[in-house]
Amino acid sequence: MTVEARTPFTTLESTYVVLPADNVDTDQIIPARFLKVTDKRGLGTSVFADWRLRPDGTPNPDFPLNRPDAAGAHVLVAGVNFGCGSSREHAPWALVGWGLRAIVAPSFADIFKQNAMKNGLLPVEVDPEVHARIVEARHADPKARLTIDLHTQTVGIVGIAGGQSTRFEIDPFAKECLLNGVDELGYLLDRAADIERYEAKHP
Amino acid sequence: MSAPTTLFEKVWNDHVVREDAGTPAMLYVDLHLVHEVTSPQAFDGLRARGIRVRRPDRTFATMDHSTPTLPRKLAVLDPQAEAQLRKLKENCAEFGIPLYDLDSAEQGIVHVIGPELGVTQPGRTVVCGDSHTSTHGAFGALAFGIGTSEVEHVLATQCLLQRKPKTLEVRVDGALQRGVGAKDIILALIAKIGTGGATGHVIEYRGTAIDALDMEARMTICNMSIEAGARAGMIAPSETTFEWLEGRRFAPKGDAWTAAVARWRTLKTDDGAKFDAHVTLDASALEPIVTYGTNPGMGIPISGRVPGPDAAGTAADRAALGKALDYMGLTSGAPIAGQRVDVVFIGSCTNSRIGDLRAAASILRGRKVASGVRVLVVPGSKSVKAQAEAEGLDVVFRDAGAEWREAGCSMCIAMNGDQLSPGQYAVSTSNRNFEGRQGRGGRTFLASPLTAAAAAVAGRVVDPRTMMGGAS
Repeated sequence: MTVEARTPFTTLESTYVVLPADNVDTDQIIPARFLKVTDKRGLGTSVFADWRLRPDGTPNPDFPLNRPDAAGAHVLVAGVNFGCGSSREHAPWALVGWGLRAIVAPSFADIFKQNAMKNGLLPVEVDPEVHARIVEARHADPKARLTIDLHTQTVGIVGIAGGQSTRFEIDPFAKECLLNGVDELGYLLDRAADIERYEAKHP
Repeated sequence: MSAPTTLFEKVWNDHVVREDAGTPAMLYVDLHLVHEVTSPQAFDGLRARGIRVRRPDRTFATMDHSTPTLPRKLAVLDPQAEAQLRKLKENCAEFGIPLYDLDSAEQGIVHVIGPELGVTQPGRTVVCGDSHTSTHGAFGALAFGIGTSEVEHVLATQCLLQRKPKTLEVRVDGALQRGVGAKDIILALIAKIGTGGATGHVIEYRGTAIDALDMEARMTICNMSIEAGARAGMIAPSETTFEWLEGRRFAPKGDAWTAAVARWRTLKTDDGAKFDAHVTLDASALEPIVTYGTNPGMGIPISGRVPGPDAAGTAADRAALGKALDYMGLTSGAPIAGQRVDVVFIGSCTNSRIGDLRAAASILRGRKVASGVRVLVVPGSKSVKAQAEAEGLDVVFRDAGAEWREAGCSMCIAMNGDQLSPGQYAVSTSNRNFEGRQGRGGRTFLASPLTAAAAAVAGRVVDPRTMMGGAS
C-alpha cells in the first residue's frame, strides 16, 4: 500500500508491530545512501534497510517487520525519542511507502514529528504505562489490534473492555490538517497579504 | 518597561508575521540555505503548483552532501549523485537562486559557507533542509533544520508555520583545561542530558566558558544542539562575533555596518528573563570526551571506562547499552583509551573550519600516522582549504601520511563514497555515531580534532594531552 502525502487521517484499526528500541534515529529508518534520489516515491523498499536486510540483501528473519505476523500491519510501536537525528523527510516517506499510517511511541524527535504529520503519518504519543500495555498485548497475542481515532484523540487495544482507550495529545492545528487533508502551503499562500505587509516593514 | 525577554524571544518576536488563536505562528525566514539532497522534491512541488520562489535573493544554494572529495576533474560520480547535483543546478537556474556549485571558489558545506559569506547574521532567522542548521545560532541567529515539505513552504512564501518552542538555558562556567575544547563541552552536555534531553526547546548557551570561545568553537557547540534534541541553539552575539563578521562578502558595509552592530548589541537575554529549563556544566572539570556507543549521548571522559549494565537505569536503558556495545564490539569496564582505530576522519560541519585543522595539525606536525590507519582530512569549504594551504597545513597532513581532500560532508554522512568498511573503527570529528552512519557496519568514536589527530598517530584512542607541545 502506498499512501501519498496529504492523505487525510481519521480512524485506523490495524494489527501492529513492536520495534523494541529507544532513540531510533533517521539513519536507521532510512540510511543516507538511499537519499540520492530526486523523488519522494519508491522509498518503502529502503525502510530500516540495515536492520531489515542482511548484508547480502536477504531479509533478516529476526527483524519485527519481517515476521510473518507483521504482514498488513499499519502501525509501528517503538521506544522513546523515535526519529531523532537528521531532518530527512525521506524517513516518513519510507515509513509511509512501506504501508505504515501511525507510529506509537512515548516520545518523538521534533523534526521527525513535523515531517510525519505532513505526510499523513500519525505520531501517537502515549504514556510509558500505556506503551507497556500495548507492547504486552502484542506479546500475548500477535493478532492484537490497535484502534486509533484522531477525532477523539484516543488509542485503544481492540477487544479490551471499555475504559482501556487512552487519550493522546496532538497539536490542534496539525490535527485539523490531518483530519481534512489540509495542505499547509495552501494555508500560507492564502496569507500572502500578511507576508507583503511584513516585508514592507522589514526591507 | 516591557517584561524582560530571552535572546530567543527577541528574535522570535521580530519574525512573527501573523499569529491567530489556536494556530501556529507564521514565522518569517530571513535566510534559506539549500543543498542537493533535501530540495529536489520541494522544487517539483513548486512546479506542480506553477509558483515561483518568493525571495531568491534570500536563498543560497550549494552542493555538499553527495559531492566527491577527490580532485573534481578525476572523480567519477555515481550516476544517482550526479543526477541530484544536475537537478540542483537546473532548479537554481530556473528559479533564479544563487548557487555555489563545485566550480565556485566558495563552495563548501552549507553550514560552513553561510557564515563565511556573511549571510549568517545576528538576529536573523535561518533555515535549511538539514538538522545541523543549528550551527548558525552561534551568531545569535534563530536557526533550525526543516523537512522538505517545509523547504517548499519557505521557497514559496518565505514563511513557516511554527509553534513557539520552550527555552533551555545551558550555563557553562569556568576555564577549560588545555587540550579540552568546544567539542568536549557539547559531548559532555549531551552525555548529561541525553539525545532527547532538549526536545521541544531552543538552547541558549551562556556563561564564562562560552563567552571565552571563538566563533568557530561556538559553531561547534551550536551545531550539535540537535544531538540533544533541540532544533536550535543560540549564543548571544558579542565583540567576538562582530570582529569575525566584519568585512565578509555579504556583511553590511560602512554606515550600515555601524547601524547593524548597534542593533546586534541589543540581542541578549535581559536580566530577569525566564527560561523554561536550566542545565549547568563546569568547564574546568572537563576532560576530552569520546563516545563509546551508537548515539551522541553515549560519551565518557577519555580516562573513563566503557559503562556496564549497572550504570544504566531502566531495563530499556540496559537493553540499549547492550545493543550498542554489541554493535561497537566493546566490553563493559574496558578503558576507552587504547581501543583500536582503523580510520580517522577530520571534517564535517561540526569540525572542519580553519581552527579545527590548525588543532589537528598541531598534533600531526612532525609525526606520522600509525601504520595501517587511514586518515582523511576534509576541509569544510574551498575557502578553508585555501587558507589551510596558505598556512602550509596541507603539507603537515600529507607529510604525516593523511589524505588531504576537497570540501564536502564526506564521511560524516558517507553518501559520496568516503565511508567505513564493516567492522572498522573510526575516530571522527563529526556529529553522529549512529549505527552505519559512516558506512554500513562502521563503528564511530566521536571526538575533538585534537583527540582525532592523536588517535591517528597512536592507532588507538588516546588522550591528546599526551601529545601536546609538539613531536618529541
